[in-house]
Amino acid sequence: MDGGKKKGGNSNVVKYNKWGYIFLLPFIIVYAVFQLIPFVSTIYYSFFENYRSGLKQIGPNFIGFANYAELLSNADIWKYTENTFVMWVIGFLPQIIVSLLLAAWFSDPSLRIKGQRFFKTVIYLPNLIMAAAFAMLFFTLFADSGPINSMLMQLGILSEPYKFMSNTGSARILVGFMNFLMWFGNTTILLLAGMMGIDTSLFEAAEVDGATAGEIFWKITMPLLRPIFVYVLITSLIGGLQMFDVPQILTNGEGAPDRTTMTLIMYLNKHLFNKNYGMSGALSVILLIVTGVLSFAVYKFTTNQESY
Amino acid sequence: MKKKIVSIMLTAAMTATLLAGCGSTAADTAAPAAAEEEAAPAEEEAPAEEEAAHAAEEEAAPAEEAADDTAAAASDEGKVLNIQCWNEEFKSRVTDHYPGYEADASDPNSGKIGDVTVKWIITPTDDNAYQNHLDEVLPTNESAADDDKVDIFLIEADYALKYVNADPAVAMSMDDLGIAASDIADQYQYTQDIVTDSNGSLRGLSWQACSAGLIYNRDIAAEVLGTEEPAEVQEFVKDWATFNKTAEDLKAAGYFVESTVNDSYRVYSNNVSKPWVDGTTVQIDANIEKWVEDSKALVDAKETNTYDLWSDDWNKGFYPEGKVFAYFGPAWLINFCMAADTEGSVANAGRWGLCVGPQSFYWGGTWICGAVGTDNPTLVKDIMLTMTTDKAVLKEIVEKDSDCVNSPSLLGELAADTSFGSAILGGQNPYQQLADGAEKVDMSNISDYDQGCNESFQAAMKDYFEGKVDYDKAISNFQTAVKEKYPELSF
Repeated sequence: MDGGKKKGGNSNVVKYNKWGYIFLLPFIIVYAVFQLIPFVSTIYYSFFENYRSGLKQIGPNFIGFANYAELLSNADIWKYTENTFVMWVIGFLPQIIVSLLLAAWFSDPSLRIKGQRFFKTVIYLPNLIMAAAFAMLFFTLFADSGPINSMLMQLGILSEPYKFMSNTGSARILVGFMNFLMWFGNTTILLLAGMMGIDTSLFEAAEVDGATAGEIFWKITMPLLRPIFVYVLITSLIGGLQMFDVPQILTNGEGAPDRTTMTLIMYLNKHLFNKNYGMSGALSVILLIVTGVLSFAVYKFTTNQESY
Repeated sequence: MKKKIVSIMLTAAMTATLLAGCGSTAADTAAPAAAEEEAAPAEEEAPAEEEAAHAAEEEAAPAEEAADDTAAAASDEGKVLNIQCWNEEFKSRVTDHYPGYEADASDPNSGKIGDVTVKWIITPTDDNAYQNHLDEVLPTNESAADDDKVDIFLIEADYALKYVNADPAVAMSMDDLGIAASDIADQYQYTQDIVTDSNGSLRGLSWQACSAGLIYNRDIAAEVLGTEEPAEVQEFVKDWATFNKTAEDLKAAGYFVESTVNDSYRVYSNNVSKPWVDGTTVQIDANIEKWVEDSKALVDAKETNTYDLWSDDWNKGFYPEGKVFAYFGPAWLINFCMAADTEGSVANAGRWGLCVGPQSFYWGGTWICGAVGTDNPTLVKDIMLTMTTDKAVLKEIVEKDSDCVNSPSLLGELAADTSFGSAILGGQNPYQQLADGAEKVDMSNISDYDQGCNESFQAAMKDYFEGKVDYDKAISNFQTAVKEKYPELSF
């Protein structure tokens, strides 16, 4: 009797559960059409020689791992990987420092910052501008005879225009700086949300115990912020690996000078000139593996310590 | 049960809206298109009459013939003429000079010829977007819906062979369009060579002859060289050695000989003795190497810069403060690009002069191609003939737009006309020089890969000129870039 009842209840639950699946359908369809199918076909295409010469289609001819072999045997891909990382770090370091500082100030009730809402909006604003427009703006500002150069020359700091786009250091710093400007607001909001979620009684208790502000930050805020912090780090890392629009526009797609600002995705884009789906597919797969490995490593590294 | 039905319907509605954007709109457009077609024959008379009237006016035999054809055949042709282009140039030529074209006041990218709607589809050339777009639409043009069929597309010399040599063909040959060799006899040979396929059939026409020269700033010439007369200035720039020597004098007076090394690139690259690609092997011509050598010396001596063409830095020399002695360019550069309408520019003051320069060359030009699969072949033929062979139209183009047109006989007349002078060029009549130059242009050394090679080469050499890499590294960067663009090529 009991068993029967239980069975009936179970099948009711199963019956009811199917509505869950039906309501999931829209997501699954969108995911399949726009993510899964392109994802699988990218991997599939990476094993083919498949490009256009003029209007003539070459391939698709199955060539196994030849695309991968060609990519990995070429030193260029390592150089582009290095470029991407260097520019990501240049942007991310100031971004995380400034964001932590701002989030700590905003969330500290004892500071009573006025106009919090205003500032939170303002720091987020650069992110609303299209990256391409932002890069175009910097391209014009830092042109050889652009306003920045003429200002520096009028102030007597420079005697002749500094070619910002023609020097590896300055070009990379510009890219990093733009990414920093665009993303520190977003990161601040995320970290702030994390900090607000921490029980205020912990801070009060620490204060009563005579902890300094620095101690509170490092010993209470940071450990409890770790999940959000890891999230920010991983998303920024993935975003950094996919860096494209800013350096692309800033250097006219050339990654100048000497291809030292060429990111992996810009390299991928180069292969689309002739619709080289084979080579770009292989590059995408490599990128996927690198992203996966790095994300996993970061996750393991930052969570595998003592838990709170 | 009721609940179930409601929820199924809701789910279905949600799923349906997801897919609403997909699929073709053919079904929606089919009905009105069919209706239009029925009404077509009656309306079709209008343009034909206009054509005929125009032809009679001009008293030009080939045009009259064309107009008769239009009247006979156009009635069963498409209602929409789609024209693929990358800027406003051809649109404004047609708007101003094609008889019977009416611009649509509400939509700048559309107009009417009789009852045929003309649609201008403008895709900028940046980042290869224009060619990518053509590559998408042209191969499938024959199977496209009638109103979406490309009827005319424009191409530039740098990549003309890509479309002219395409297999299967995407540009109609003159035979298919019904254009006889006698219709287009009064055109410069090089303008036809560029769009002649490997089997010898012609697949495009141009109204421009873009022979070019050295455009110099008269004030700077007078100050530094002691003369502003074209023939005398020519003596200071007659070959590369003299040109480089003059650059030193200009530098001493505080002027740049040219805005950027990329200005002179085409002058060198037009005078090569072998094409970029032989079979599938990329080769670097001696004259290109000479460009590198000369340019490196100029940049090191700070006699010029390394700006990209069309950049804001490059433009500075259009104004006296830019301190640029000369640009290399054809008539269209002088007329459209040098800020002639802006108060304070050198062009506005009419202080440019034109001389031949170190070597003859051409730059640019726009070719009109009839797309294979067009549903308006008669109108396409008429536009091509009217815009490139009708002397009255060409004369109008010269007068209104100062283009250097593709007609030796007309250029000859203009050159002989002592009353004509270009305001931008301080009253100089440039036509004799442009006509002579157009005769000299030799297009036997072009290849399908010219655009990609030229762009990659200049970009790679920029690092070398600026001292960021040595010559060998720059060459290897060039090779990398070419391999990315054309995997089938080798070195």
